[in-house]
Amino acid sequence: MQIAFYIFSLLMIAGAVAAVSLRKPIHCALSLTVSLAAVAGHFVLLGAEFVGFAQILVYVGAVAVLMVFVVLLTRENTPGEGLGVGRWMIGAGVAAGVFGVLAACVLASKAVWNPGVQPEATARRIGEQLMSTYVLPMEALGLLLTAAAIGAVVVAMQDKKRI
Amino acid sequence: MISITHYLIFSSALFCVGLAGVLSRRNAIVVLIGIELMLNAGNLNFIAFWRFGPNPQPLAGVMFAIFSIAIAAAEAAVGLALIMAMYRHFKTTDLDKLSSLKG
Repeated sequence: MQIAFYIFSLLMIAGAVAAVSLRKPIHCALSLTVSLAAVAGHFVLLGAEFVGFAQILVYVGAVAVLMVFVVLLTRENTPGEGLGVGRWMIGAGVAAGVFGVLAACVLASKAVWNPGVQPEATARRIGEQLMSTYVLPMEALGLLLTAAAIGAVVVAMQDKKRI
Repeated sequence: MISITHYLIFSSALFCVGLAGVLSRRNAIVVLIGIELMLNAGNLNFIAFWRFGPNPQPLAGVMFAIFSIAIAAAEAAVGLALIMAMYRHFKTTDLDKLSSLKG
């Protein structure tokens, strides 16, 4: 349990660092896959198997493939961006400050969280809840996804008539 | 024993790595990757609070995470479509070169 937690955390952070620091965008997209798969492992460890599998399907399956396709379609002739040291100093400095504040808040918190009993989150119960309590949010989400899919196609479509 | 503090520390580390990428990279695709990392840190927090918190409504945290994943997928699709349109128009994905609105 603990070993799995630290392995997944290490993979998650290492993949994330590689995803934002590697020079070529294709390597960044593939490193992102590692990090997101580790997050899915965390979900499974926490007892939310369905969310973990949804994470694998949606992120590792769909979003990563979409990103790889976009990287391939937007191939630039320039050999890759030169990473300015000044920009990295600013970005990493701000991020380190935010992390310091967040970690201090978490560590200073007096709230007591006890794990208690493992809540049951089987796919069957999630499906029943989605069809009863959460049916309206789910319909709204379906509408949003349809609009996003149509909007993505319209935005990415070549418009020869207008020019 | 792994407590919620471990999860919160690691998810804030993930968030800050994504934030550093968003702030310092110039390639639009890598900026989008950083945003995805930050969203995943949020999802990890949802599930950790659901697991360790009291459960008045048993599946609320899982539902929140599922909806969050779906919205993140929609955001990624629209964002990548925008990057495609931008590349077709300007022939670059470098955000620093998109300075048409600068006075």
